Parts: sequence; structure tokens; C-alpha cells
Amino acid sequence: MKKDTIEFEDIIGRYFTLNINDQNYRIYVEEAGSGIPLICLHTAGSDGRQFRHILNDKKITEKYRVIVFDLPWHGKSNPPLGFQNLDYKLTTSFYKQIIMSFCHKYSLEKPVIMGCSMGGRVVLHLALEQNEYFRAVIALEGSDKLEPYYDLDWLYRPDVHGGMVQAAFVSSQIAPQSPDEFRHETLWHYMQGGPGVFKGDLYFYWHDGDFDDRSSLIDTSICPVYLLSGEYDCSCTPEKTMETASRIKGSKAKIIKGVGHFPMSENPELFKSYIHPILNEILEKV
Amino acid sequence: MIPIEQWINKVNSNQRLVASGRWLNLNFTFGYGDEDYLFKIKDGQLITIYKRIILTESGVFRIHAEKNCWKKHWLETPPRDYHDIFAMLAKKIVTIDGNLIPLIQNLQYFKDIIASNRNTKTQLGLK
Repeated sequence: MKKDTIEFEDIIGRYFTLNINDQNYRIYVEEAGSGIPLICLHTAGSDGRQFRHILNDKKITEKYRVIVFDLPWHGKSNPPLGFQNLDYKLTTSFYKQIIMSFCHKYSLEKPVIMGCSMGGRVVLHLALEQNEYFRAVIALEGSDKLEPYYDLDWLYRPDVHGGMVQAAFVSSQIAPQSPDEFRHETLWHYMQGGPGVFKGDLYFYWHDGDFDDRSSLIDTSICPVYLLSGEYDCSCTPEKTMETASRIKGSKAKIIKGVGHFPMSENPELFKSYIHPILNEILEKV
Repeated sequence: MIPIEQWINKVNSNQRLVASGRWLNLNFTFGYGDEDYLFKIKDGQLITIYKRIILTESGVFRIHAEKNCWKKHWLETPPRDYHDIFAMLAKKIVTIDGNLIPLIQNLQYFKDIIASNRNTKTQLGLK
């Protein structure tokens, strides 16, 4: 009797322990491909599944080793021991520490780093402070200055279902043109976040992560900066992205028509048509 | 022009939408320019929509925008900033007042009720 063959995806997922400030964090990481390391950072309140289409894109993985990890408290990465006694709040300092600790643990040389939303913000910080280390940064829906438009307390209270409200809030950030399948997959990730985690992430995204007073100091001749934002993003709007780009001399910014805040997960094929040329341009400089 | 009845039918024939609002029994106020409409909801069903004439009648909360803004919201493919109530909120196109707890507890339901008037040539029968 013939056995069915399983058509596995190219993604390999593993766990390891990362020590930061004497605290152990069990981290889940997925990767695919070989070549220049390309680290992908997920959005606030979600996890690395957002990048599955990039991990499975052979046009990218032929040249890049794509690495996607879940931040502590997110996806399949655990919160630290004793988390039940802590209020989760992502600070700029801790976020940068996690990323750099991860990169050093992996002994990555001259990686490219791409992040979306809060990931898109932090990569701009890294372009300033770690410009010799990173080959290039790609900020998706990233800005150096943002303004909150709702009260974060709604995200973490017992009389409001956290998963439902998170999905209902971020559904406003998905373009109406995005395929239904991927819209709902993107929202599903938000429905699965731990209590208070999205709120804790937005502390960095909306408050602690502003650095429009320093972004002009980024030297793009050392570390190139690319910015991509969706037309329908009502959080990091096209205007916010272009204002950020105007402060970062030499940065390259584009607005993706007909997409929102989650280009890689809400409309992967459209996103690929924008990200391939950027990744090819980075390769040409090698 | 489509009658209000059609909007009500559109909501109530969407079993998934009604089921998602099954815990809801309230009235909310829908501000359409300088007019207010009361939406009466029972067990997730939209029982009626009627123009607010008696000023002491009010909903638990009120969602308001100018008429031309709602018309953009209801286009088949709405333009950016008009495609979702919270996108409109971010742009200060919509205002939300009152007791927001039931709204936030059932946010996608209320978004979908209002968006149910989408994809029609003329909406709601409101001028």
C-alpha cells in the first residue's frame, strides 16, 4: 500500500534559552534558507507566524537565511519565571536588549533586520545605535513618532475579552482589498495573545519608542534604511512614514497601495512585489 | 434609495452576526450629520431603526460622523481613513460618546452592523 507523502513546508522551528539580565527566556524560533541572515520582527500583540510567507518564499530563501523568533511573552516563547507576579511592559531598552542578545547568541554576521509596526520602530533605533552591525534595516509600518488614538486600558480588563477586542481594534488597520483568508489569519494571531501583552507592547509602540529627536542622526551610508508602509494603515499612516523618511537622510520609503498595517500577512503576494526589489538591492551591495 | 427595512433585514439575515451579538439588549444612537437615529437591539437582532425625535430618548452610547463621511464608509471599496470606524476615529472623523463598555465588549459586532449598509448604491434611505 502506497503511503501518502507529506509535503512539509521549508520552515524549521526550534526552542532555545536566552539569558538576559540573569533572567532565562525560552525562545521559539523558525528559520528557512541560507545566505545573508534576515531577521524578521513581528508586530505588537502578535507573533512570528506573520512571516510564514517570507519563510516559505524560495526567491528569498535562496539568498537569505530567514530567521523569525517570537518575543518573550508572545507566540510560543514563554514569559519568564514568575511572570504571574509581573506587569508586562515593553521598554525600548529591553526590546533592543532582546534583539541584540538573540543576534549574538546566534553569532550572526552583518544581518539584515526587518520589523513591522513596533518591529518597524525598533529597527530604526538599531539603525542609529548598531549601524556597524546591521547590513540594512527595513521598517515596515515603522515611524519615529506616533500618536495614540485609543485608551490602552481597554486591552486588559476582566469585562472585555482581550482576544476579541484586540482583533476588533486591529481589523481597522487591514485594507478592505486584502484577501479574506489572510485578513482573518492575521486577526486570529491577535485573538491568541496573552492577557495584557498587546497593551504592554503598545507602551513601546506609542510611548517609549518615540525618537524623532534623534532619527536624523542615522547614517544611511553605513546602514541603509528602507521604509514600506501600507496606504490603509491608520496607525503608522503613510504620512507618518514619509515624515520619518524625511528626517532620515538617504532613506528610501515607499507606500504600498491597497494594503494596511500587516503587509506580509494580510496580502503576502502584493508585499512580495515590494520586498523582493529591496532584498535584491541589498544583495547587489554584497 | 433603499428603505431602513433593508438594512435591518441585512443584519438579521446574517446569522453569524446576530449570534455574535446574542448577549446584547440595548439601544445605541447613530449620529448621521445633524440627525440622530436610534438602533434598538435585542439578543443580537436589530429590531428597529428610527429617527430620534423625542430628545430624552437616547442610546447607551453614540457614534457620530458627518453624512458625507458615512457615505464614504459605505462605498463598496471605501477610501483609506473611511474603511473602518476605528480608522475614522484615528482620523477624528467619527466621535464616540457615552458608556463605551458594551461598544468595546462587542466592537466587531457594532462595526459590522454599521458596515452592513455597505455595497449599495444609495444607503439607508437617509438623505
